[in-house]
Amino acid sequence: MEGLTLSEAEQRYYCDLFSYCDTESTKKVASSGRVLELFRAAQLPNDVVMQIMELCGATRLGYFGRSQFYIALKLVAVAQTGLPLRVESLNTVKDLPLPRFVVSKNEQESRHTALYSSDADNPASYSGVIPPPPGRIQVKKGSVSHDAVQQRTSADQQESTSPVVSPQQSPPTSPHTWRKHNRHPSGGNNERPLAGPGPFWAPFSEAQPGSSTTSDPIWSGHSPPPHQENWVSFADTPPTSALLTMHPASVQDQTTVRTVASATTANEIRRQSSSYDDPWKITDEQRQYYVNQFKTIQPDLNGFIPGSAAKEFFTKSKLPILELSHIWELSDFDKDGALTLDEFCAAFHLVVARKNGYDLPEKLPESLMPKLIDLEDSAEAGEQTGEVGYASSPAEAPPSKSPSMPSLNQTWPELNQSSEDTAIVHPVPIRMTPSKIHMQEMELKRTGSDHANPTSPLLVKPPDLPEENKMSSSVKFTAGNTVTDGYSSSDSYTSDPEQIGSTVTRQRSHSGTSPDNTAPPPPPPRPHQSHSRSSSLDMNRSFSVTPGQQQAGVVAYPPAVPPRPQPSQGPGPHVHRPVDAEGLIAHTSTSPQQIPEQPNFADFSQFEAFAVSGVNKEEEDEIETHSEVLQVEKPSDSASSLRVAKADGRVEDKAPANVPTNAGKGTTPLAPPPKPIRRRLKSEDELRPEAEEHTQKTGVIAAVLASQPSIPRSVGKDKKAIQASIRRNKETNTVLARLNSELQQQLKDVLEERISLEVQLEQLRPFSHL
Amino acid sequence: MAVCIAVIAKENYPLYIRSIPTENELKFHYTVHTSLDVVDEKISAMGKALVDQRELYLGLLYPTEDYKVYGYVTNSKVKFVMVVDSSNTALRDNEIRSMFRKLHNSYTDIMCNPFYNPGDRIHSRAFDNMVTSMMMQVC
Repeated sequence: MEGLTLSEAEQRYYCDLFSYCDTESTKKVASSGRVLELFRAAQLPNDVVMQIMELCGATRLGYFGRSQFYIALKLVAVAQTGLPLRVESLNTVKDLPLPRFVVSKNEQESRHTALYSSDADNPASYSGVIPPPPGRIQVKKGSVSHDAVQQRTSADQQESTSPVVSPQQSPPTSPHTWRKHNRHPSGGNNERPLAGPGPFWAPFSEAQPGSSTTSDPIWSGHSPPPHQENWVSFADTPPTSALLTMHPASVQDQTTVRTVASATTANEIRRQSSSYDDPWKITDEQRQYYVNQFKTIQPDLNGFIPGSAAKEFFTKSKLPILELSHIWELSDFDKDGALTLDEFCAAFHLVVARKNGYDLPEKLPESLMPKLIDLEDSAEAGEQTGEVGYASSPAEAPPSKSPSMPSLNQTWPELNQSSEDTAIVHPVPIRMTPSKIHMQEMELKRTGSDHANPTSPLLVKPPDLPEENKMSSSVKFTAGNTVTDGYSSSDSYTSDPEQIGSTVTRQRSHSGTSPDNTAPPPPPPRPHQSHSRSSSLDMNRSFSVTPGQQQAGVVAYPPAVPPRPQPSQGPGPHVHRPVDAEGLIAHTSTSPQQIPEQPNFADFSQFEAFAVSGVNKEEEDEIETHSEVLQVEKPSDSASSLRVAKADGRVEDKAPANVPTNAGKGTTPLAPPPKPIRRRLKSEDELRPEAEEHTQKTGVIAAVLASQPSIPRSVGKDKKAIQASIRRNKETNTVLARLNSELQQQLKDVLEERISLEVQLEQLRPFSHL
Repeated sequence: MAVCIAVIAKENYPLYIRSIPTENELKFHYTVHTSLDVVDEKISAMGKALVDQRELYLGLLYPTEDYKVYGYVTNSKVKFVMVVDSSNTALRDNEIRSMFRKLHNSYTDIMCNPFYNPGDRIHSRAFDNMVTSMMMQVC
């Protein structure tokens, strides 16, 4: 593209015309529609217009950039004077009148034309202005573009030719001259009020060799110049010009990151110039492009790009390693050595900016910070989690992991914004523990999808945990993370000391996350175990057998609702309830011990049928979840009371305890049934209390059911679906909770056995000595 | 007041050394260099068995009349040496520890950067800022 020398008047006129055509206010591209109108208004024959367009390069580029537009205007002027259209004529024709546009729309331009022609008396002064600033700028910017050298040489040429009055001095071939002209109006507009043209000329002529610094601030402080400079440099190179379409998709065809980056930079600069307030803002096209590039490295948009891959990728941009290192430091927000999608976009954006001469900021600009980008996505992420919550596929770790990521991102911006220290801890455990995710999901849904509240999961979790404790006969086992802490309720074998221990463990669970994974609570189990051993042999036998059954059952638990004895009963998902019942029955057939349970099963299935009949069953969970915050202790008590029940008396205690608590809170009576049923295995007398319990439970259930119907009515149809999904998720949650508790129970059992074996060994050892 | 902070690599060459600008900065360089002997002595004194339990913070390496030298070793034998001015109201041990912890964290952040080759001089601006804050803060 040949250079273009414009007089001042022309410059102003063209600038105004460009602004007129710049309907999209991009300040970079003239709307093609307007341009065509303008050209038609020039009253030139169509083929001339086409020729002009072709000459100015717009057809090649596909749009009217500022340079193209100016060239086109000049060509229009040339054509209007009747001269043949040549590219050389752009600069060689002297004293070219301003192009005239006749259409009424263009009266403005004609007015401008008149205005400018009146100002044509001072063309020379400003032409002299032209060389120095750009030269300075070029020296200052040192753009990575290969045109930089060209620019400097052109500037030198211009300066060496000395300020020439005639604006039509033959410019160097580089387009920078006219680019300087472009910059000139903006700078000239600033300078015009500063001094009159005459005296203005003189200082600049003097300052020219010296590169006066007076206009430097004007230029340096001016953000458009770098835009134009870099933008033009891209336009200059025909290969890259093809890239300067508005479609980053075409850009992706480029193999080298650099050219692609430069093209996107052109787009970016265009857009940046349109939003001066935030030069670091990523436009949608850019972002889309970055996302696509991310996909080439890492197909999973929620995944990470490892550092080495990112290093290779950004090294292709041929930036110095030091700068790339700095960019990495800025963009790796969580300092984990890997880039998420947002971090990658930020890094890419910085690379692109750097390649265009922007200095890297010291701190990551706000628009590039992952949190802000996450906020944009947080709505989607929230919906995503909501969708997962509402989906009818709960209790699956993989899908819960993906909401964990956006929820992680949510907690991250919320962390930054609300400075919730508790949230700091959670991203890690959330990621680690699917059940925690479940709990959080549950919590999220429970609080009305208020995923913007990071504390709520925390606040409700501790009460939620004992809730889970109550619901599941979990082993008292305070493992490291809060989940297991929460589930560390005493198991079914508890005695009174263990009850105390269970409360202790429950309190421990309330104390928050304990990253120490090495804390199986030693003292309480042991006395319990001795107690169990000292207890009736039946219990031992039953304990020894049931773990095995439970183990077998638990093993089968994860894949499907396993046919297992008592543990699979109870507060588990209602969906599984019938299956559980069947499983129970199957187990009873397999295990002789469970024969006496048949009546239990009968009762249980009756109970269960009663439960299943009521959809309200599921709403029980909701009720209890809604009320769980208020009733932290009560479920604990009931749970403890449940677990305390080893003997008949305990069972009986349990039953009345359950009844009032359950009736009082509407907590799930599903929890009590499994435990008493389990205990009924142990003692034959339990049939009696079991019958009582069943009646009591049914009474409780009835009470619950009675209370429940009011709730859906009050809530409304809309929330029913939500509640249904909540229910389902709760069910799966409880399933997993039970699984967890069962596993812990098994572990406990194994420990017990080990200890018993050790004791036996010790007992035998003295004999051996004898 | 930390007049000089140095990061020494495993092979005992400096990865990063910076002192407050005084007329005789070389003195601090010499100090850090000699303190490396003390560091090695402390590491070896612990014995091989205690490598796991060895505390990273070495404490006061040796005092002189003008300043004190503190040391800190990471598990990868990267040493941080800090020279503080004695005239400053005696910095509590905890403060020194926290400063070393910050250094260590910043160092790990640098290591996370894939563009950083272990063994290179440290040019990270973030690290510089952090060190500056430490030197100024203690000033």
